[in-house]
Amino acid sequence: MTRRPSRRATAGQWLLLLAVVAVVWALLRSAGHNLAQRNMSLGFGFLGDQAGFDIPFHLVSWTTFDTYGRALLVCSLNALLVSVMGVVASTALGLLIGVMRLSANWLVRNTAVAFIELIRNTPQLVQIVFWYAAVLQALPSARQSLAVPGGILLNIRGLYLPRMITGPDGSFLPWLAMLVLAGTPFAWRLRIRDARIGVKALLLPLLAAALFLADVDRIEWPALKGFNVAGGIGLPPELVALWAGLSIYSAAFIAEIVRSSIQAVPRGQQEAALSLGLKPRQRLLLIVLPQALRLMVPPLTSQYLNLIKNSSLGAAIAYPEIFEIFAGTVLNQSGREIETIIIVMAIFLVINLLTSALMNWYNRRVALVGR
Amino acid sequence: MSGVILKFLGCCTVLSCLVGFAGEARAQSTIKSPTLEAVKQRGQLNCGVDTGMPGYAFQNSSGQWDGLDVALCRAVAAAVLGDPDKVKYVGLTSKVRFTVLQSGEIDMLIRDTTLTFTRNTQLGLNEAVINFYTGETFMVRKNLNVAHVKELDGATICVITGTTLERDIADYGRANHVKINTLLFDRPEEAFAAANAGRCDGYTDDGGSVAAARSGMQHPDDWVILPEVISREPLGAFVRQGDEPWSNIVKWTHYAMVEAEALDISQSNLDEVKKTTTEPEARKFLGLEGDFGKMLGLDNDWSYRIVKSVGNYGEVYDRYFGPKALGLPRGLNELWNHGGLQYVLAWQ
Amino acid sequence: MTAEIPARSPAHRLAGHTAGSLSRGIRQAMNALRRNLFNSIGNTILSGMMLALFWLVIPPFVDWAVTHATIAGISKSACDGSGACWTFIKVRLPSFFYGSFPPTERWRVDLAALLLVAFGIPVLRDRVARRGLWVVLLLTVFPVLAGVLLVGGVPGLPYVGTHLWGGLLLNTTISFVAVAGSLPLGMALALGRRSGLPIVRMLSIGFIELWRGVPLLTVLFMATVMLPLFLPHGITIDNLVRAMVALTLFTSAYMAEVVRGGLQGVPSGQEEAAYALGLKWWQVQYCVVLPQALRLVVPGIVNTVVDLFKDTTLVTIVGLFDMLGAVNQAINDPAWLGLAKEGYAFAALLFFVCCFAMSSFGRRFERRLERSTPR
Repeated sequence: MTRRPSRRATAGQWLLLLAVVAVVWALLRSAGHNLAQRNMSLGFGFLGDQAGFDIPFHLVSWTTFDTYGRALLVCSLNALLVSVMGVVASTALGLLIGVMRLSANWLVRNTAVAFIELIRNTPQLVQIVFWYAAVLQALPSARQSLAVPGGILLNIRGLYLPRMITGPDGSFLPWLAMLVLAGTPFAWRLRIRDARIGVKALLLPLLAAALFLADVDRIEWPALKGFNVAGGIGLPPELVALWAGLSIYSAAFIAEIVRSSIQAVPRGQQEAALSLGLKPRQRLLLIVLPQALRLMVPPLTSQYLNLIKNSSLGAAIAYPEIFEIFAGTVLNQSGREIETIIIVMAIFLVINLLTSALMNWYNRRVALVGR
Repeated sequence: MSGVILKFLGCCTVLSCLVGFAGEARAQSTIKSPTLEAVKQRGQLNCGVDTGMPGYAFQNSSGQWDGLDVALCRAVAAAVLGDPDKVKYVGLTSKVRFTVLQSGEIDMLIRDTTLTFTRNTQLGLNEAVINFYTGETFMVRKNLNVAHVKELDGATICVITGTTLERDIADYGRANHVKINTLLFDRPEEAFAAANAGRCDGYTDDGGSVAAARSGMQHPDDWVILPEVISREPLGAFVRQGDEPWSNIVKWTHYAMVEAEALDISQSNLDEVKKTTTEPEARKFLGLEGDFGKMLGLDNDWSYRIVKSVGNYGEVYDRYFGPKALGLPRGLNELWNHGGLQYVLAWQ
Repeated sequence: MTAEIPARSPAHRLAGHTAGSLSRGIRQAMNALRRNLFNSIGNTILSGMMLALFWLVIPPFVDWAVTHATIAGISKSACDGSGACWTFIKVRLPSFFYGSFPPTERWRVDLAALLLVAFGIPVLRDRVARRGLWVVLLLTVFPVLAGVLLVGGVPGLPYVGTHLWGGLLLNTTISFVAVAGSLPLGMALALGRRSGLPIVRMLSIGFIELWRGVPLLTVLFMATVMLPLFLPHGITIDNLVRAMVALTLFTSAYMAEVVRGGLQGVPSGQEEAAYALGLKWWQVQYCVVLPQALRLVVPGIVNTVVDLFKDTTLVTIVGLFDMLGAVNQAINDPAWLGLAKEGYAFAALLFFVCCFAMSSFGRRFERRLERSTPR
């Protein structure tokens, strides 16, 4: 893209590298010196120490006897959970609002504008705290739980779903179910005698579900016991509030991405679709959106990365994610500030680089080749 | 090319101006305290306090720092610099408090911080003095009809993270075979709000903070503080190890406030006592006899200035935790001769 | 769902300006209402849903914020609890703007704000001669003037330590410094990322991806906890400067990506032509590529600035009491306990006003750009 750099510039970059290395080396040296002076040592052995505190929400098992290392795993999974939920919800909501933003209906269009402006121009921290307060205020206390049909209980402590207790460990059925589920997309693309299996492949997930159900031993229904609901799977309101806060904030940005991408689809495409007699909905779904999607992918990627990083704001509303548990409680109990912060930064960096790589791969697949 | 070098040098100058060199001051004096020298040279005491906890440290309606911990900062500044207002308050979250002290950014840390075994031995910090004896207590909603902590099996309690409390609860639960769920908050105001909304059945913290939390509820009368104290939480001041003279100054500043109360010397009668008293104890305390101030590396008026600027310990306690404020009975914080733990080493 | 691409013809845009007399206006409005909201069954349903949404949200809010609110009095006892207690905001207002800045010296902050407006307007106005000169003045003369005014320490202006700064003053100062610092740094990084020199490119990519990959909270945390550790013993950096440096580095990575987008938007023929004229690398970048690229990315830069301004609320973690920190402080004042809602609502409003003003400018610039760019 540019011409070949001059010899002087090529030499200059080595000088730059030298300078960077020198600065980093000087910083590390004085850090070592300072650590020695304060009788501090660096080491990651503390990850094996017993944590001794409770984590209220965990996807994998957790007891107070577990180690700091396992606490890291627990809170990283929590952060990933809310991030994945947020990415899905913000995309859906952002798409909806972005399309509303372009609606011919004045009221719908301007509601979307107002929503986008309001969300984009206030700090996310305030919004998350707001959603938390709003969620908490809307829900009844534990003893007046709302009973949703299907054995679901809803109260201020969370949403309680019935839990299926599966058979003894080592049963092959869940694994088989997962295998079937994983195979679905491949089956979809499979061709038998030049005919794609296509939609018929959706029978496979049903099969998987049946396999899962076959393995279920009994169902544990949530019920009020003492102060709280016991049994079942509980989704804490912190998760819901953080999910709402992250998704709604990102949705406002995604809506703008959607709008500008749709507007960037050449008008001729619309006109051509119109002249073919396609209905408005068909024009949107078949002609405009697929083309707009290609333009959306790179800016969407950076929104997703922001969302993942902002999940660390969950610390403000007691959602047990990395910053709250690992850079909070663990850091304080172990007194290992430097190590914990390095670990936290490394984890976020890895998650973000992986997401970035995945989205880039997707982008290369959907991007138009050779224009 | 030379222009580029000049620009680079210019940038370096600007940067080094920004950095600002605070040189090491190790002047020779009879009492060698690098911190004391640095504070005197700076003309300002850097004091690490809570970012906002009613009772201990908060900013009042006019934006001024106030509270029990703040009073100790002011007292030290009055003793060392002669002016209680020469304090730079650094608001610290529980996560960063120790590192900030270790790095030398603050001269003392007084942030409702519990003095513990590990902190004493592992952090390279010295625990100068305890200015507030308390323990972990619970506050629960009245309508739960709970009278004791043991009955809290299965309950959810709001806690502030980065403290000794989480572990205390887990240990208590293990010892008493109850399961108390915790919800960990970063900041007190968020924990208060969640308790208010009914997200948790109760709130736990040291006794002083629980009193503050109760007064922060929408209907304080709906909440009851349980009688049990499940841990010891001696809250006090931290300084860096290796500077014992400075540690002494912080320690004896607090003792001066307690001694003043024991001698019935208060902010209001201070000048009168100083003029008229013949009691040897009071005369020694006020620097009319003996050289106690000089032994600390200060002047002999130091204790006078402390009482003049913040009052004695009882006055300070009443101002922030008394019946007109948060309404926390003095209990352990009474003087030793009233059945409490606030005790002064012999003023000899 | 009906989605149409709004017509962007000049005639459509002018329609609003040429509206004639009042009655004609009303008739037009009625027509517009019918045409826009109730022209089909689907649209009528949509409009009805929106109206229902408004009906659910707006009246309770107005009740709380206006009808039942209290603003009189100077203590919490003035509020009866049925609505918002704006008295609290009224009493604590100065601390939201100035933090603990000494009351007798607050005129200095006001004057600095006026100066910012005075230097800023010529930079932002549509048509202005010598915009470049004003930009340079804003980035050189103004910081010196404002710095002297705010810090003091010269005859006539007593010294005010940065630990006394707070409130919106802090948000504004940090944002300004971070923008002024991250723009040039971001440009350098963007050029570096496109450079033909492999080491320069790698260093730039590494820098950008590192900062973009970690949450701001950890960056700020590192500025407090780690920075003193990496500096030679005895050197301390002011807390505020540390936060500024952290935010500058963090923002520069985002700026770099924005500027890179602009650089890619400049046709490569421009660069080739410039080289063909015998210009050197930096001449090509400085005189040909960057001016065109920057014009394209002004909206992107404005968005980054808005994000930065919102992110300054996170500096509480390094012990600085910005606007949100001041609100948190006020909520914890024993005399005013239990008024978190009012505090956060006010903070949200204030941020909305500031950020909305900035993004409106960005959008206006974008429209101007669209008009002047040949399609």
